[in-house]
Amino acid sequence: MSEEHAHIVPYKTFAIVWIGLLILTGITITVAQYDFGAWNVWVALGIAVIKSGLVVAVFMHMKYESRLFKLSLFAALLILAVFIGLNFFDVLYR
Amino acid sequence: MSEVTATASNDRGFFGEGNYPGIFGWIFSTDHKRIGLLYFWSVTIFFCVGVLLGLLLRLELFAPGETIMSAQSYNATFTLHGVIMIFLFIIPGIPAAFGNMIMPIQIGARDVSFPKLNLFSWYLYITGAVLAVTSLFTGGGPPDTGWTFYVPFSAQTSTNVSLAAIAVFILGFSSILTGLNFVTTIHRLRTKGMTWMRIPLFTWSLYATAWIQILATPVIGITVALLFAERVLGTGLFDPSQGGDPIMFQHLFWIYSHPAVYIMVLPGMGVISDIIPVFSRKPAFGYKAIVVSSIAIAFAGSLVWAHHMYTSGMSDMAVMIFSFLTFIVAIPSAIKVFNWLATMYQGSILLDPPLLYALSFILLFTIGGLTGLVLGAAAADVHVHDTYFVVGHFHFVMFGGTGMAFFAAMHYWLPKIYGRMYDKTVATVAWGVIMIGFLILYISMKVVGMQGMPRRYYDYVPEFTGLNQLATVGSWILAVGLILMFVNIFRGIFKGDPVEANPWGGACLEWQIPSPPPTENFGEEDPVVTHGPYDFKKAGIL
Repeated sequence: MSEEHAHIVPYKTFAIVWIGLLILTGITITVAQYDFGAWNVWVALGIAVIKSGLVVAVFMHMKYESRLFKLSLFAALLILAVFIGLNFFDVLYR
Repeated sequence: MSEVTATASNDRGFFGEGNYPGIFGWIFSTDHKRIGLLYFWSVTIFFCVGVLLGLLLRLELFAPGETIMSAQSYNATFTLHGVIMIFLFIIPGIPAAFGNMIMPIQIGARDVSFPKLNLFSWYLYITGAVLAVTSLFTGGGPPDTGWTFYVPFSAQTSTNVSLAAIAVFILGFSSILTGLNFVTTIHRLRTKGMTWMRIPLFTWSLYATAWIQILATPVIGITVALLFAERVLGTGLFDPSQGGDPIMFQHLFWIYSHPAVYIMVLPGMGVISDIIPVFSRKPAFGYKAIVVSSIAIAFAGSLVWAHHMYTSGMSDMAVMIFSFLTFIVAIPSAIKVFNWLATMYQGSILLDPPLLYALSFILLFTIGGLTGLVLGAAAADVHVHDTYFVVGHFHFVMFGGTGMAFFAAMHYWLPKIYGRMYDKTVATVAWGVIMIGFLILYISMKVVGMQGMPRRYYDYVPEFTGLNQLATVGSWILAVGLILMFVNIFRGIFKGDPVEANPWGGACLEWQIPSPPPTENFGEEDPVVTHGPYDFKKAGIL
């Protein structure tokens, strides 16, 4: 536990990420005006993934954590993906 | 402290060393053994209530038509029977009671990683239990949905489903916190020499269980929260007229509740894996295979939830895929059964009560598991879905499996914890009576289910009368056996003969310390482990 150290992120980084999130929100609203057919959901989800990725990496400090923490996060995301993915065998073929 | 009192309190182990007087020494204690006993007594009381409700259900079904209760009371009674047995007895039963009591000692730790969190999870359990009981007497009366809370009925019924949903939500958190505590403890607090491949199989099974508790339980929290929102806010998530999907509720419910079946049975398998080698005086056959099969069950068991939904109207593609996945779970389960049998083969079998209950587990769980394959095969399931065949099946795996493992654990570890032995002859007789009652009760259910009797009705056609009466008589025999067993155990706890440190000849760490264990479990220095958990020769037993 003695090796624990707090990583201090400068305000500038937070501000840049915040502005980035605002821009991405703007993009989400803009692309919602266009119809991509079956890709509508994927485009919206893609932007949302980038946004949540930024939040997790910077605001939630995952970028500065050890490999074990990153691995745990990806394991959880993978399990979630499998749970949701298996549901599509029902929803898509009903 | 004077020398005399020190000796006196040492004789009583951790019982003589509470931090606060009287009951406060228990409900404010962070000692894992005291919390384990708090859980043990809580789950045992709820088990007895659940049994009483089950007996009432059987009494109602003694004859066709209304016998002792109305249809509405019957619906409420089986809902309550299910909720109590599932959420208040089987899920916390073995891990929270015996896991707390024994697991830290088995790995050479003085307590769990987060003792206060451990006590908090018991408070959450009691809060959830109180709310579940309150839901019976407030609002629109006792919930009548069955423990599964299926929409659309649960979203529409005027009974007090909302409060019961909150109770389940809180109970879920209790389970998650216990899981979190156990994973951390097993990773961080193993004593010197306790390598991963020297961990007793009971602790291994708790480790696998703990991961399911952490990963799957949040889903039931989300599910009941959505149900609550559906009832209170009318969100329409599960209402087709508002674009919702009622089958999605079943998916969400079973994404937790099927892995929960393994939360219930894996610790039971761990108990059996620990008991069989001790009473066969042989090392566990295929230790690594049993470990891997525990992890495999936890993993594969999380991917089979929709086999509860073959007739729900989900797609045929999903039916085929989940049927296939279901059969995969049979493999690690069978690995365990064959390894237990191979452990006993050519062993010096001691037919003491813990082994008798363990043998019942193997027999009843195997029957339950094989009838599970009948239900896992989609084509056969369509015909027996929602019949008494299903009721018989899950009582074989849950009661015959986990219930028997709970009884085995009681007979195996309570003498350690209390330092006193029960009457072994009475325990053996009680075991025989329980087995006879059990088989009559649940085999009758399976047969009458095959004949087509649907579950969850208070009435049936006269053709089913004979088998239903047989089942009800079986329930009485079972009840007599249970009373005999509990009276004997409790009499033993308080008045039985004192036992030495190692009454059964086990080689794990819990048998190396006095009975009852001292508060800090081990003396001044942490134990050093030099051999495997079932190496009876190196432990000096053989």
